Amino acid sequence: MRPIIKVENLSKQYRIGARQESFPTLRDSIANAFRAPLAKFRRNGESANTIWALKDINFEVAPGEVVGVIGRNGAGKSTLLKILSRITEPTSGRADIYGRVGSLLEVGTGFHHELSGRENIYLNGAILGMKRNEIGRRFDEIVSFAEIENFIDTPVKHYSSGMYMRLAFAVAAHLEPEVLLVDEVLAVGDVGFQKKCLGKMRDVGRQGRTVLLVSHNMGAVLNLCERVILITNGQVQYEGQTYEGVNSYHQLGYAMCEGEVDLSFHPARRPEALPLLKTIRLLDGSGAPKGRFMAGEKMMIEFTFDPVIHLANPQFGVGVEDSQGSRIFAVATYLANSQLPPLRGPCKVTCHIEELILAPGRYILSLSAGEPDNTLLDALECAVAFEVDHGNYFGNGSNVTAGLGKILVRSRWEKTDL
Amino acid sequence: MNLPERPLVSIRAGSKFAAVDLKSLWAYRELLYFLTWRDVKVRYKQTVLGAAWAVIQPLFMVIIFSIFFGKLARLPSDGIPYPLFAYAAVLPWTFFSNAVTKSGNSLVGSANLITKVYFPRMIIPAAAVAAGLIDLIIAFGILIVLLIYYGVGMTWNLLMAPALVVMTALLAVAVGLWTSALDVRYRDIRHALPFAIQLTMFATPIIYPVGLVPSRWRWALNLNPLTGIIEGYRAAFFGRPFDWDALAISAAITFALLFYAAYRFTRVERTFADIV
Repeated sequence: MRPIIKVENLSKQYRIGARQESFPTLRDSIANAFRAPLAKFRRNGESANTIWALKDINFEVAPGEVVGVIGRNGAGKSTLLKILSRITEPTSGRADIYGRVGSLLEVGTGFHHELSGRENIYLNGAILGMKRNEIGRRFDEIVSFAEIENFIDTPVKHYSSGMYMRLAFAVAAHLEPEVLLVDEVLAVGDVGFQKKCLGKMRDVGRQGRTVLLVSHNMGAVLNLCERVILITNGQVQYEGQTYEGVNSYHQLGYAMCEGEVDLSFHPARRPEALPLLKTIRLLDGSGAPKGRFMAGEKMMIEFTFDPVIHLANPQFGVGVEDSQGSRIFAVATYLANSQLPPLRGPCKVTCHIEELILAPGRYILSLSAGEPDNTLLDALECAVAFEVDHGNYFGNGSNVTAGLGKILVRSRWEKTDL
Repeated sequence: MNLPERPLVSIRAGSKFAAVDLKSLWAYRELLYFLTWRDVKVRYKQTVLGAAWAVIQPLFMVIIFSIFFGKLARLPSDGIPYPLFAYAAVLPWTFFSNAVTKSGNSLVGSANLITKVYFPRMIIPAAAVAAGLIDLIIAFGILIVLLIYYGVGMTWNLLMAPALVVMTALLAVAVGLWTSALDVRYRDIRHALPFAIQLTMFATPIIYPVGLVPSRWRWALNLNPLTGIIEGYRAAFFGRPFDWDALAISAAITFALLFYAAYRFTRVERTFADIV
């Protein structure tokens, strides 16, 4: 079958220094505190003043396929989507799309705060390339999908952020192009709404439309995509089966945290973050560094940190994700009500997790450091991995298997006569 | 599923030559309507006086001009009451200067759209001009009332007014396209533009009649495409004969500017998302 999207030797060069490349997306603004981007400080560009965001990308997509585009931050996924959406043009190479293209790089693009929900549906629809009668036809559907029937004539500035996001996604979800390009917009709103969005995306796939989906949410990718394209440093590293692709994504640079891992020039650092976190070690209860823990064991996460400036109220956070990319839990100074003393110079910070109640498997740590009021200084996403082995957590020698879920919970049972 | 023989979207690295893509402009005509409509809707939100602002601005300008230039400086006004003489020119001028200012800043002001969605970028500066037309039409209504009050004009010449409005708008689009594209790369434009517009006002027969300029310098005045247009408005409203030569020069310069601006714009529009 002939492909509907055909990409040949596509490359894009950016001049850095002249223009900082960063694509703050809605996902960023909603994602939890220590993932929020705060571009207060930026790493200075190296003396080399051009970078290849994409280099000789080749792939094809067959009609009706749902393909995931995955990769680390800054790998070039968003640039690829921007080129295919004709927002920016490639430096060399070509791409042909044999169908009507709709692209969704952000939800709510062009929403105007002073206008009502109704007016914004029309405006946003037009911006996304819908015809007026097309919007009119789907108007009721959009409103009921967004669950805002009662507020449709209220200016959106009075909406809650949830309502706003639902409306924005609802408009976008009712686009009907033959090829849909989506960048990380599924991660909006509450869990219930996210599920609804995923469902909608699945319907889009079922209707025989072609979808190219950029996402960090490996759960969504596994769920929706038949095939993935893994991009590393602007090049296609893997193209093929979703499951394999997601696995290789997870192996990307996730050094097992055995002994000390240097974080100074770590690829997992967010582009806008300052390299303040220097090294990380994982220690067991006896203070011995290691990367494999027993279920239920004590774990200490120890970083060395150089604040550069005087930090009056330092805040740290660690997120733990499973190998599918779902956040299992997060710990943070503000959650522990631990006030660390002001930091004036290089120091060592240790987080104590008394009981690691994780089921056996591979887990990945994301780290962040900052100040209160969401000022993020340094953040690394999916920086290092550790493994959890069967341990005698329940104290009875029974093996903890995958069927038991991700978290181990002790319980007590009793019987009472009726 | 049947795929078309030729791709609907064909993406290539930048070629030196770029033609204005009229087909996609036409395909996105509804977006022009919606962006204009948005600007109109939002313009007077949360104001007490609302659309009255469309009239207040030129009206006060005319009052001040009438006091200083009409009464004190005693500038001639071709036998027409000075306030009326000035108002007929201040209206299109207010439209033109607002349109150019808004249009010139429009691309940078819409950076969020430009970096997230594809559509022909020309629509943004064009919509900024189109949104001002409503104000112009409201203000013209007031002029008609004034004409009746002073017992002037009301001839068949008025039928030329719509054509003049179209010409003014096209000239504003031409200047807007050019300045907005420059503004994306050189933010100097936003500092230079208000200043340049102020100077242009004095280079245009708004507060004075063309007759005030010595005839050997008349050609220079006519090179300003606004001269023919503004004088055209006066001819239309006051029933005077049209200066067809001046109008023809204005039209020729307007179209030349429009084509040049559209060509320049098309050459650079594909880089907007990277530098805005």
